[in-house]
Amino acid sequence: MMNKISRKHDFLIKPGMKITGKWHNHTYVIKKKLGSGAIGTVYLCETKGSYAALKISDKSASMTTEVNVLKSLGKVQGNRLGPSLLDVDDWINPIGQKYTFYVMEYIKGEAVRPFIQQNGNEWIGVFMLQLLDDLEKLHKSGWVFGDLKLENLLITASPTRIRWIDVGGTTLIGRAIKEYTEFYDRGYWGLGSRRAEPSYDLFAFVMVILSIYYPHKFHRENPSQTTTTTTIFKKIDAIKTLTPYSICLKKAITGKYETSAQMKQAIQTVLYQAEKNHQEITNQKPFLMESVGILFVAGGYYFISLLL
Amino acid sequence: MVKKGTLKQILLITDGCSNKGEDPAATAALAYEQGIVVNVIGILDDDQTEQPEGLQEVEDIALSGGGVSQLVYKATLSQTVQTVTKQAMTQTLQGFVNLELKQILGSNETMDDLAPEKRGEIMEVVEDLGETCDLEVLVLIDTSASMNDKLPTVKEALIDLSISLNSRIGRNRFCIYSFPGKRKDIEKVYDWSPKLDSVSTVFPKLSSGGITPTGPAIREAMYQFSKKSLRRSLRKNDEQDIEEA
Repeated sequence: MMNKISRKHDFLIKPGMKITGKWHNHTYVIKKKLGSGAIGTVYLCETKGSYAALKISDKSASMTTEVNVLKSLGKVQGNRLGPSLLDVDDWINPIGQKYTFYVMEYIKGEAVRPFIQQNGNEWIGVFMLQLLDDLEKLHKSGWVFGDLKLENLLITASPTRIRWIDVGGTTLIGRAIKEYTEFYDRGYWGLGSRRAEPSYDLFAFVMVILSIYYPHKFHRENPSQTTTTTTIFKKIDAIKTLTPYSICLKKAITGKYETSAQMKQAIQTVLYQAEKNHQEITNQKPFLMESVGILFVAGGYYFISLLL
Repeated sequence: MVKKGTLKQILLITDGCSNKGEDPAATAALAYEQGIVVNVIGILDDDQTEQPEGLQEVEDIALSGGGVSQLVYKATLSQTVQTVTKQAMTQTLQGFVNLELKQILGSNETMDDLAPEKRGEIMEVVEDLGETCDLEVLVLIDTSASMNDKLPTVKEALIDLSISLNSRIGRNRFCIYSFPGKRKDIEKVYDWSPKLDSVSTVFPKLSSGGITPTGPAIREAMYQFSKKSLRRSLRKNDEQDIEEA
């Protein structure tokens, strides 16, 4: 059973099915599939009248590793660095095969791109600051997120906040990144190692922001450092909304920030500056007004979200 | 406490069936006896379905070589090479830990039979070993005619593998052999070295021939590992244990 990486998840888990754990005997009623990845499949389930997310896989070792991460994030928490872990158990399917599953808090939210499309570009600044805040906390507790990508992020409502949902790639600082996705990986772009350090996440962070505006992503033409840097810089420059932040984003791409706090500071400065300019040049051309206005509102939103 | 050791792996990259010499599954078993794990990646043509019959051999070789196998299309080769290598490392280390467990618990219990809480603690040990142990990978590339258009992708995947493994704390050594060789069963492309980044310069040397002597190639590859440490490497795990789980 362990000899193949991807023995198909051909066990049929369907809505309405009950899954009962071998060790702790809790029962979960499957509601619907939420998504699947390299390690396993995540389902929405119901237990004791409330919803939870259940991840199940035949890769016991990888699942155990993920559980370990969730547990240690839970210890440093008090805040929401990852979904909280509710249960870990094994499930024997009707024909006797064993699967490992864990149950975690169900985070209900909206995908980032549609949210920005509906609610406006002023949210970009807010989300950047929120995300950098979380990354700073994570790094301070000794971890690097690793597989930071748009698909792993959700916007939850009231208060509006960006949250990450899959900790599968989370790696102890100093070790080799456990799981990554090419587009977001600085190794793929020839711009650094895959050693877990804060700057690894900051690179991926910039690619997350870019992927909001490039739904079809883009590729490296050849893996040499200068060409990939040029490619990414051009993509940053082509997005008007990102113009105020472009210096910060480019610095993160080339690994100039050692901590998220440094990068957050830089982005905050951009926002402050924008506010100041806003007061000084209220009679300028309308399009300038607009972009400055966006930054102003973004700053405002972020401070509100800090208070909440 | 578990002593730190060197994991030895052969990574066979092929796109078809062997057609000359002994059964590759048998030579893979032999290598495994010597503490060398054999992983196999079968590259599919883009128009091939996922289970062509000829590639059953891929799974068989890895099974008797104590390793991991995977069929893959060119596009996802990079990620697969890494997952296969890392998965095989974990599997070997887990097998080793299972042996220790059996000695301690005196039963047929493996890690997977333990309660999830205990499993978590043991997994931390396995992960720790995987991060810190030394690793030797011999890459064995099939260069028969049909592989020609796949070789550039293979090259990129190997450079990428070296980036990933060199981000670990443990040390690595890589070397590359191709088969069939001009006069011998295998041909040295790249000598043992801690990195693969200068591989670009040697790759064009690969020439394509008609026969595919996979079995003899694995046998020869086995002898390229430093001989004194062959039997002293991490004790081989017992496939039976894992299968029972």
